[in-house]
Amino acid sequence: MKAFSRLYSELDQTTRTNEKVNAMANYFMRTNAQDSIWAVALLTGRRPKRPIRTSDLKLWAAELARIPYWLFEDSYDVVGDLAETISLLIPLRKTEQDKPFSEVMNEIIDIQTKSENEKKEWLFSYWSEFLQDELFVFNKLITGSFRVGVSQQLVYKAIAKAYDLDDKVVTHKLMGNWLPQNTNLKELLSDESSSFDDSKPYPFYLAYQLDLPFTDLGNISEWQLERKYDGIRGQIIVRNQQVHTWSRGEELMTDKFIEFDILKTILPHGTVVDGEVLPFKDGKIQSFNEMQKRIGRKNVSKKTLTDVPLCMMCYDLLEHNGEDIRTKPLHERRALLEEVITKAKTDLLKLSPVLSPDSWDKVDTLRTESKQLGCEGLMLKHKDSVYETGRRRGKWWKWKVDPYTVDAVLIYAQSGHGRRANLYTDYTFAIWDKKELVPFTKAYSGLTDKELIEVDTWIKKNTIEKFGPVRSVRAELVFEIAFEGINASPRHKSGIALRFPRILRWRKDKNKEEINTKEDLMQLLNSV
Amino acid sequence: MLIQFTNSGIYCKQADVYIDPWKPVNKAIITHAHSDHARWGSKHYLAHTDSEFILRYRLGNISLETLSYNQSVQINGVNISLHPAGHIIGSAQVRLEYKGEIWVVSGDYKVKSDGYTVPFEPVKCQHFITESTFGLPVYNFPDVSDLNVQLNEWVAENAAQGLNSLLIGYALGKAQRILSALETDQPILLHSTIYNTNEALGFDNSRYIKFTQDFKKEQLNPGIVLATGSVIGNPWLRRFDPYKLAFCSGWMQLRGARRRRNADKGFIMSDHADWHSLNDAVLATGAQNIYVTHGYKSVYAKWLREKYQLNAVEVETLFEGESIENESTETKEEIREENQQA
Ligand SMILES: [Zn+2]
Ligand SMILES: [Zn+2]
Repeated sequence: MKAFSRLYSELDQTTRTNEKVNAMANYFMRTNAQDSIWAVALLTGRRPKRPIRTSDLKLWAAELARIPYWLFEDSYDVVGDLAETISLLIPLRKTEQDKPFSEVMNEIIDIQTKSENEKKEWLFSYWSEFLQDELFVFNKLITGSFRVGVSQQLVYKAIAKAYDLDDKVVTHKLMGNWLPQNTNLKELLSDESSSFDDSKPYPFYLAYQLDLPFTDLGNISEWQLERKYDGIRGQIIVRNQQVHTWSRGEELMTDKFIEFDILKTILPHGTVVDGEVLPFKDGKIQSFNEMQKRIGRKNVSKKTLTDVPLCMMCYDLLEHNGEDIRTKPLHERRALLEEVITKAKTDLLKLSPVLSPDSWDKVDTLRTESKQLGCEGLMLKHKDSVYETGRRRGKWWKWKVDPYTVDAVLIYAQSGHGRRANLYTDYTFAIWDKKELVPFTKAYSGLTDKELIEVDTWIKKNTIEKFGPVRSVRAELVFEIAFEGINASPRHKSGIALRFPRILRWRKDKNKEEINTKEDLMQLLNSV
Repeated sequence: MLIQFTNSGIYCKQADVYIDPWKPVNKAIITHAHSDHARWGSKHYLAHTDSEFILRYRLGNISLETLSYNQSVQINGVNISLHPAGHIIGSAQVRLEYKGEIWVVSGDYKVKSDGYTVPFEPVKCQHFITESTFGLPVYNFPDVSDLNVQLNEWVAENAAQGLNSLLIGYALGKAQRILSALETDQPILLHSTIYNTNEALGFDNSRYIKFTQDFKKEQLNPGIVLATGSVIGNPWLRRFDPYKLAFCSGWMQLRGARRRRNADKGFIMSDHADWHSLNDAVLATGAQNIYVTHGYKSVYAKWLREKYQLNAVEVETLFEGESIENESTETKEEIREENQQA
């Protein structure tokens, strides 16, 4: 425990990445595999559950510190952190004793299910045993507030350094389904198949948003273009007649996506497919929300399975016949993927279509279709790219269609149609051009019914003039408008036209002085 | 009652003297030279001998009488004597006795010896006026000897990595403690406020470099810089790059205080009594009546009432207590001078 608390304070005392990696690497070099795996678990956010109620902790700490409870609370107010307060209040003993860290952690897990008295006794023995720094870390662990400012990537980097391995190898080996109490770091890192976990996924390769001109990418024929689907990125793993489905968040989703279970009889042993899990029915992608709702449910019923069936839109093949093929170039992996999917002959697996525009000029058009197709944009993957680990620049890019937004003030309103005929629901908005408000767009409503009524009432009270069905109103209400594109338009007074403008939300927190200007939009126009 | 708490400060009517008054008065007894206790404008001052130079340095040409510890004077039948408070050089508790009624005004104090200041001595009394700067049970300061070991290890570690060690502490009291604790051959550079304070105290400056405009980085290479909190956030610090920064203060007991200041290290080095010392000191006086001043007044008074059944009350004073950034012993001119250098 001493070594780990030393590591904690070293990490706590520096903001420099290099020093953090060195501190962790030193720890892993000097520490046995049992303790190390617990360190890995905690540093990568695999915290055990809080074993003891906070209210009990406070009472017991006050008791051991021999101070009245009000004084404990006053002290806590000043310190601001429960774990620290307790460690400052407990009388310290000088002890050279050191307990293996893994033993402490296992006890923290075991104590969860014990009686109140046993918990108290256990806690008192620990509290009287530790030095201050260890006490603090221990308290952080039992209050469930253990946090360290290191990323998972840095931890893996440090392990790679300590064990003289490649970062990517470490990242892969530490993925998956392990519990620190059942394994150790050496075992996880070893090559032996005995420890090989059939459910172990590969680290996902993630793309950055494209921020280069196409000219920097070279010839379009070297690139594979696909749609970027709006689902859950996942990996389907078939090994030894078992199916495991992982989400990008390293969550095991096998029980949520039960229709994929049948794939164990369809796909050969040693197949890992990377793709997007999507709700798919009647030949069409369904709304992401429906799938979210489905995931939220505890059990997947028969009805759910027919109402919101899932499929995987397959992007890539990572393991083929039990062989890790991530270092093969994309065009080879794609060929194998096509072969596997074709052979499988199941609606559960669909090939993500490859788009083949013959020039970069056509790519933007493809991208703007995305929304209608229920996609988020495009993926650009170099045909020679290997399947990397984590988010990297260079060989894979995503090009999402994010809406632009602008804050504008409402100046005209017109009554709607049909159901909303008696409400003013069609709005015209203005932005500043120097000292003048110029109308620049109409926008469809994205407001809730309640807001619509509220705005309607306001419009009726704040009308300046009526021209037929249109009213001009006091420039006061500010809205955030989202749109997909911007073009120069001499026909409009403002000189610009927006594509697909709609109201994102009512900005009650803003006044008309704070809205955007024409200059802002001209800048945007010139930048796209 | 021999002592009253007035708008001008702690007042003994019988002797017509104030102790650490915050308004100009006729006669002022000064417990120690920190500026929230030693304010200018009074006609006559009485203080400990060791405070003389620093008081004159800070308050200018004042009418000042001095006493050594345990020496007493009579004023209109009141027996007045000074006793070591262990806070900083020349700091004293003031004992006042009149017709068997005994009061002790502690000023600021610390019980554990720092190895430099004359150590605190408990004084029996019936009425004890105590500070409570660190009057919460979370404040338990480490042994001075452990602390000094840590300090020396830290500066050696930094030097080994080619880094300067920047230490921040009060010019009066803390700086001299730190300098006495350092056991190193590294060059030590002093912020001019500290250098000047040393000079006023008669603290031997011969081993140290005074910061001037002509300072060259190579003079350290690497070394130690001792400065006051006024330099924090000031570009003055940049000329010592690369460096590690440590604060020396009792407030460093709390992680938050350390992190908010972006300190690489905090040495819990205080010139005030911690929780256990406060309790020990209060009990050692044998006093039944305790008046709690600057710090966690109400919490500490409540604790004394509940735990020891003492007649303890909190008293409003204008003593500021310790803060890390603003040490008020510096004159405005010195801060300005330092900033110009930056
Ligand atoms: Zn003081
Ligand atoms: Zn004070």
